[in-house]
Amino acid sequence: MARFNILELDRRFIFLMIFLSVLTPLFLPAPKTVKVSPEVKKVYDRIEALPAGCIVMLACEYDPSMSAEMSPVNMVVLRQCFRKNLRVLTTCLMSNGVSLVESEINLVAAEYDKKNGVDYVYLGYKPYPAAIILAMGEDFRLAFPSDFYNTRLDDIPMMKGVKNYQDVSLVLAITSTSGIDYWITYGQGRYRFPLAAAASAVMAPNYYNYLDSGQLFGLIGGLRGAAEYEQLAKKPAAATKGMLVQSVSHLLIVGLIVLGNVSFFVARRRRRGQE
Amino acid sequence: MDPVEMLLRTLAVFFTMAIFSFLWKDNMIYKFAEHLVVGISMGYWCVILYQTSFLSKMWGPLTRTLAGHPEGMPDRLVFVPIALGLLLFTRFFPKISWLARIPMAFILGVGSGVAIPLGIQASVIQQIHPTMAAFQPATWTGVGSWFNAILVLMGVVCGLAYFFFSAKHTGILGGMSKIGIWVLMIGFGASFGYTVMSRISLLYGRVNYLVFEWAGPLVRGLF
Repeated sequence: MARFNILELDRRFIFLMIFLSVLTPLFLPAPKTVKVSPEVKKVYDRIEALPAGCIVMLACEYDPSMSAEMSPVNMVVLRQCFRKNLRVLTTCLMSNGVSLVESEINLVAAEYDKKNGVDYVYLGYKPYPAAIILAMGEDFRLAFPSDFYNTRLDDIPMMKGVKNYQDVSLVLAITSTSGIDYWITYGQGRYRFPLAAAASAVMAPNYYNYLDSGQLFGLIGGLRGAAEYEQLAKKPAAATKGMLVQSVSHLLIVGLIVLGNVSFFVARRRRRGQE
Repeated sequence: MDPVEMLLRTLAVFFTMAIFSFLWKDNMIYKFAEHLVVGISMGYWCVILYQTSFLSKMWGPLTRTLAGHPEGMPDRLVFVPIALGLLLFTRFFPKISWLARIPMAFILGVGSGVAIPLGIQASVIQQIHPTMAAFQPATWTGVGSWFNAILVLMGVVCGLAYFFFSAKHTGILGGMSKIGIWVLMIGFGASFGYTVMSRISLLYGRVNYLVFEWAGPLVRGLF
């Protein structure tokens, strides 16, 4: 009888196991607590400390392919801002995400009965992020003469007296790409406004050094960061539920890595023994 | 649920499964879905670009200026970028293709002028400071901060030593570059771990959609 060799396992079994490890925890209760990291807490605390009426700028740069990871951050931050009666100014410097971001803002704004142009403004998309970020530092009207709905900024009540980054309390770049580099280099580097980032987990490790240098005052990394934020906001949602999925699937992946390595070394030892 | 909404969700599920079918093996349905994504993304991008840039940044100011209703000086300046933009198309005409160098020179000049000083400031100078600032007595908070400061400095210096190719990697430099490799490997390991987390998050998003936003309402609607 042929001996089963883990190294010859069809990769489709691994895909199936990963799928089941993601599917099964969905039917289990979400974790009650998620340990909050200081870099996430700093973002939450800073927004929480702002008095009503202040403007928070959210630079949402993600498209539907990254929505599972980035939308929970955007939603929970928007809910915090609207709960505190802060005004929100949003851009989307990624063309494929324009409608997605718009629908999320409108959804959360409707929950809190907030009005477009009064409580929030959605500027939408313009190409060439570096040029747009620099132009907004001089005047939002240079980069965006009108908002997403083609209303001139001068005709929008919320934008009265709001000229550039000096008139916003902080900028949070919610970005699934290296777009944060633009905000750090051309935005914070040139105009020195308080900047925080919410990065996809792939990108997050690249930005921890900017925390130490003070160029970022906070960092929300991937779905885990979103879950921590939901914990702080006491509004557990999709990200918190996703933590159990992460734990189970990570355990499986670690187990498979260990099993694959052990099998590899055992097979090599056997091969050498036969030689 | 609204039948149209349910139909749209079913369509989304079909394309999700079409993309996942690649995990079994490459097939026509996967290729169809892949091409559709590329085509729709491109079409969407063109429309967005036309609406948000061509109309508002070029056509609007141009027609206003030509009609004699310029709203401030910047509108009159619209002729400069339009002329530069049109010059880019001279590349298609060999006899006057050299004219395309003018806007290219402008783009490169402005791009470099803006990017180099800001890039060096943000990515080099401001990064060097915290590496050394940890040794300032004012920032010491105990043995832990000492340890961290030394670890960070060692990681930076040894990591740089690995990329220093002007001398043979033997002796002290060899030892430092070996530590540098370890530092890099730890960095790559952390990045890989985060990448796994990110990909699982995306799969979670799709599975969550399949189960709770499509299958759940569908079953409730049927029974």
